[in-house]
Amino acid sequence: MIAIIDYEAGNLTSVKRALDHLGAPCRISNDLEFIAGAERVIFPGVGAAGAAMASLKRLGLDRALKQALDQGKPVLGICLGTQIIFESSQEDAATCLGILPGQTVRFPLDHRDAAGHPLKVPHMGWNQVAWTRPHPVFAGLPPEAEFYFVHSYHPAPARAEDVVGWTEYGLRFAAAVARENLVAVQFHPEKSGRPGLTILGNFLAWDGKEGADAL
Amino acid sequence: MLSKRIIPCLDVRDGRLTKGIKFKGNVDIGDPVEMAAFYYEQGADELVFYDITASSDARNIMIDVVRRVAATIFMPFSVGGGIRGVADMYDCLAAGAEKVSVNSAAVTNPRIIAEGARQFGSQCIVLGMDVLKVEATPQIPSGYEMVIHGGRKRMGIDALAWAKQAQDLGAGEICLNSIDADGTQTGYELTLTRLISSNVSIPVIASGGAGEPRHLVEVLTQGQADAALIASMTHYGHYTVAQIKDHLHRAGIPVRRYW
Repeated sequence: MIAIIDYEAGNLTSVKRALDHLGAPCRISNDLEFIAGAERVIFPGVGAAGAAMASLKRLGLDRALKQALDQGKPVLGICLGTQIIFESSQEDAATCLGILPGQTVRFPLDHRDAAGHPLKVPHMGWNQVAWTRPHPVFAGLPPEAEFYFVHSYHPAPARAEDVVGWTEYGLRFAAAVARENLVAVQFHPEKSGRPGLTILGNFLAWDGKEGADAL
Repeated sequence: MLSKRIIPCLDVRDGRLTKGIKFKGNVDIGDPVEMAAFYYEQGADELVFYDITASSDARNIMIDVVRRVAATIFMPFSVGGGIRGVADMYDCLAAGAEKVSVNSAAVTNPRIIAEGARQFGSQCIVLGMDVLKVEATPQIPSGYEMVIHGGRKRMGIDALAWAKQAQDLGAGEICLNSIDADGTQTGYELTLTRLISSNVSIPVIASGGAGEPRHLVEVLTQGQADAALIASMTHYGHYTVAQIKDHLHRAGIPVRRYW
């Protein structure tokens, strides 16, 4: 069973629908016991970092998530879920979970591309990801695959080795990070067509290990 | 680099597509769910469903359509038409739409933009604008006026001022429809699109007037649009989304080419 953690951060049904489509038993839940018994955990979310952190703590889900990671369960962060895995976010000046070192920062206010053309914020739509190394969860994706993004803040990991995918939007930001049994993406795999379903399918089959022997 | 989005717009009445969309092959041309799947496979980047139903009974039919579309395609789509408040928004989003589009109701009651953004996040709230070209006056300094009810009612509101106000209220995106260009298939209203897009920081989807791929090239470059809405040029089988994207790619415009 897969737990989709519900911390009152937006509509999580699209994640569930994609897993239903893949035939994976899953439940959207904030029940600590259910999450503790789940085989793997998805940590999604849309919305604002401050309110999300407050809900997580109030419901005890911050500890549940860390416990799942400590137990070696495969964990997938999506969008806001990914952003609050880091130590802090510029959004609401929130103190976050600190599971990975680094910050979540806003795109610049007067954001421009290399040619000086203004870029819209939020970064909304389809964009490519340049993968830095092979990873079981991101296997089987052609380099030209694109993913659906919608966000005004992006992760800025402190350790380059945590980054598995970079995306270019006026600047280069971490679109996918991975460390041990944790993978986390800024884009929405559940809304990214076939490449997104490939990632979710890979996650469902993943044993939480990285490296040559896992490939 | 962020791709420019190509977004087919489907008009739905009583749970069926209007306009008798013609396609070759085994597609049920009246079924929104089959058409959504067809466009998903064809490489559309997003879809817009516009509910032109009036009655509240048919409203529930639309919600059922949304639910079935969401279980079939795994990409963003929005629902517009008849969204009057947070309760309507909730119904569409809970059924699986990524975004809702508010139009007439927002012009008469701008508060619903702020309420929707607060409840669901700005990324869910699209402002639909129907705009008519008029003579510039002190009241309408941009020379573009807001209209509602499909262009039948002029509101005495300047389109540029309204776009900025809606952004401040929390709209996450603007779908900008030119009443003058709509249905002509002679090209988008480039001046209007550039005016709005260059004066807001949120993405702008250009709408109205697409008839040929070069019209999309124009509006995505000169018009500075972030996305382009299409309807008849693909609905009637003159072009596929893939053909349009090939054309844009050759013109140097970034588009999603693998799906």
